[in-house]
Amino acid sequence: MSEPVNSIAELKPGTHYRESFGNSGLVVTKLDDLFNWSRLSSLFPMTFGLACCAIEFMSTGSTPYDMDRFGMAPRATPRQSDVMIIAGTVTFKMADRIKRLYEQMAEPRYVISMGSCANCGGPYWQHGYHVVKGVDRIIPVDVYVPGCPPRPEALIGGILKLHEKIREESILNA
Amino acid sequence: MRDMEDQLLSILTPIAHHPFHAVPDSAPYTLQLHAQDVTRICQALQQHDQLYFDQLSCITGLDNGPEANTLEVIYHLYSIPFNRSLALRVVLPREAPELESVASLWKSANWLEREVFDMYGIHFTGHPDLRRILMPADWEGFPLRRDYQHQETYLGVTVKY
Repeated sequence: MSEPVNSIAELKPGTHYRESFGNSGLVVTKLDDLFNWSRLSSLFPMTFGLACCAIEFMSTGSTPYDMDRFGMAPRATPRQSDVMIIAGTVTFKMADRIKRLYEQMAEPRYVISMGSCANCGGPYWQHGYHVVKGVDRIIPVDVYVPGCPPRPEALIGGILKLHEKIREESILNA
Repeated sequence: MRDMEDQLLSILTPIAHHPFHAVPDSAPYTLQLHAQDVTRICQALQQHDQLYFDQLSCITGLDNGPEANTLEVIYHLYSIPFNRSLALRVVLPREAPELESVASLWKSANWLEREVFDMYGIHFTGHPDLRRILMPADWEGFPLRRDYQHQETYLGVTVKY
């Protein structure tokens, strides 16, 4: 963070400015920074669980882990959601529905693949005729969270990784 | 226990059209029936005053493999008033297996028979709504058969790891 500045003349080029000028209430920043900051600060996840990972996802939303501190409030519809957390085993019967829900989400949209089943089929990789061997075979995935199931700390780690990814985005190459 | 066996045999023998026998050393007590006797015997077991098996707990499918060339269906019955359990075993051929539905006797048979159909391809005649229950409607094959080979792709997605 740069020092507070009192006039335009003091601004140094090439640095990120988010400070206000005196008492004027004026903020200078890049459009990318503003967009990215607002997007990553209010990632609404879809209320959506497929297996035991959903229990850890619910736990992440509970008081001890408090997902709400990242501005994440679960939404019951894909139209209001920004991130889809694939929490559990993706069966072929469900794959169809997941793809449709993903396509119903407004852009920009993100996907976190939570747990071994969603990452690569997990324990069903060999004999699980009914399991899609990785949700990335049907929709693009931004962050993979390993674990079986991952603890809430691991999911929060995945959310923070997604924050990092969004922070580097630009509207020019979106 | 001895009493129950005698009682069962004395009640069911006049009803059955084909011979049946008790499976030795089985727990719960198991009767092996001819496929054409299932509805007849189930009706007696459910409605007879001294038997009253009012609960169908489970229907199990079983594949004995291509060598034995048989499938089995096992019904697990329970009588709530008499606190007694009973199992019925039916052996079917592996080609075009067919059995009469007991869904008109026990409502729970509806979904249980659908599951057996879904996994083993056993057709239950007279079932009100015999569709797959676990797998997608357009899935190919019956997954719990011993010689099952899953399809290469489903809706364009590779099934294999």
